[in-house]
Amino acid sequence: MIVEANTVRFDSIALDNGTTLGPVEVAYETYGVLNAARSNAIVVLHAFSGDAHAAGISGETGKPGWWDNMIGPGKAFDTNKYFVICSNVLGGCRGTTGPSSLNPATGCPYAMSFPVITIGDMVRLQKMLIDSFGIRRLLSVSGGSMGGMQALEWAAAYPESVVSAIPIAATTRHSAQQIAFNEVGRQAIMADPDFSEGNYYDKQPPARGLAVARMVGHITYMSDDSMREKFGRRLRGKENFSFGFDVDFEVESYLRYRGSQFVYRFDANSYLYITKAMDYFDLTNGHGTLAAALEKTQARFLVISFSSDWLYPSYQSQELVRALRSRNRDVAYVELQSNYGHDSFLVDVVEQTDLVRGFLASTFEKAQ
Amino acid sequence: MKAGFVRELLGRSDYAIIGEIVEPGTKVLDLGCGEGELLEWLASNKGVDARGVEISGAKVQKAIARGVSVFQCDIDEGLADYPDQAFDYVILSQTLQETRHPRKVLREMLRVGQRAIVAFPNFGHWRVRLSMLFSGRAPRTSLFPYEWYESPNIHFLTVHDFEALAALESLVVERRYFLAGHRKVEWQPNLLAEVAVFLVSRG
Repeated sequence: MIVEANTVRFDSIALDNGTTLGPVEVAYETYGVLNAARSNAIVVLHAFSGDAHAAGISGETGKPGWWDNMIGPGKAFDTNKYFVICSNVLGGCRGTTGPSSLNPATGCPYAMSFPVITIGDMVRLQKMLIDSFGIRRLLSVSGGSMGGMQALEWAAAYPESVVSAIPIAATTRHSAQQIAFNEVGRQAIMADPDFSEGNYYDKQPPARGLAVARMVGHITYMSDDSMREKFGRRLRGKENFSFGFDVDFEVESYLRYRGSQFVYRFDANSYLYITKAMDYFDLTNGHGTLAAALEKTQARFLVISFSSDWLYPSYQSQELVRALRSRNRDVAYVELQSNYGHDSFLVDVVEQTDLVRGFLASTFEKAQ
Repeated sequence: MKAGFVRELLGRSDYAIIGEIVEPGTKVLDLGCGEGELLEWLASNKGVDARGVEISGAKVQKAIARGVSVFQCDIDEGLADYPDQAFDYVILSQTLQETRHPRKVLREMLRVGQRAIVAFPNFGHWRVRLSMLFSGRAPRTSLFPYEWYESPNIHFLTVHDFEALAALESLVVERRYFLAGHRKVEWQPNLLAEVAVFLVSRG
């Protein structure tokens, strides 16, 4: 399945910080066909470093989408039945307006003059995209990690538009630990001499800082078990220690490689803005309690967490489930056993597929 | 109740009774719902709003995959989050004897639900009594097939025991059914019934 990226432009969007940003472009892809009743639309929401290319093979790069194992004909998000939409988030660097976009007022990239955005702003822009399709109600909103946070924001902010939500390996708010890891990443970028207060677009970008930020990220996405299994203490292409600071261990080599590759596909300023949006996210904001925040939603929920995910631990999903139960909302929850840590939702998808498929099928049936 | 046979529902005669009790279009919570077979049946045949609680992750997965809203949780603790009177029926099928605090579970069932449907194996059945009497060991029968050290059953109760607890809790027994295999038992249920199904409420 070869897929093409699309872009739509809106005049402006009102932001949570009180300002207005415009014009705004949104990069998106769609898979499957919208039915006549427009009742089979599902929005899939990408995680921190993802993009609009969720499934199929990109006509541009030849690469499969980030959730290609979950979206497609006969897969969990069955494109023979459902119409699936995925867009790049506001503040991103993969086609949707973000700090690397040109500010029409100056003709230069926004860089640090880009407004600080929130998960709520990202979802508001997605709502504008959905409205432009003439879709009133989404059969489901689903995503892992930051994608799950957006799914929750959708259910809370647009209760009348969401029939079901599937937050996976997600949280209703970032903990101190989650904020701390993001702050380490941001400091690595800003400490790079090439950062130049964010104005690096016409010169060498802060590649070393961004690579270090990504290395930290990758550690948090794996588990102790999965790292032991994948790398152990194996040495990289040598029998003995080098007694120097070149790469000795496989794990060092892996992290350096991942860090260095990330620079080619991600903008350092987007890293700052999007991590900040995640840190600001707190579903209880303005509501007092989680239960109150979810008061208006009538959506069915399928909440999934993973046993080895220490970055978004199960207790955070369970807090959400308890709040939904206290309002007697329709919620299914399970903690899947997996060794892959936070990355499980991307790589360990056999059981996840059964859950999502059955949940969507029954939700679709009930909604007809 | 007339003497007669009960047709099985999903291979179980107590399910057939429960399927008969539950009114269409109601809200139902099944505690220890396993893979959600009963809830699925109630949803598609009685149009109920079906929810379940199950401790085994593998069973929860199967239940969700068949479209039933189940969450993974321990029954002894799992009801606390629900608001009062959230359900029309709370079902506890063949599980009361496995809970740590049966009396508390029963109270919680009638806090979150209008009515409780409790099905349990009768420890007073004559075969259980004979097994104990003649072997002098913890009874093993078709109803209680486990060695004592492997049994999930930690609180054994008879029909009379349940009636006594219901009286102690001032519960109204709205209906009671007794089964031996596929046969309804009318006479001496405490001795002859293998499985009892009670529909109780706070009146």
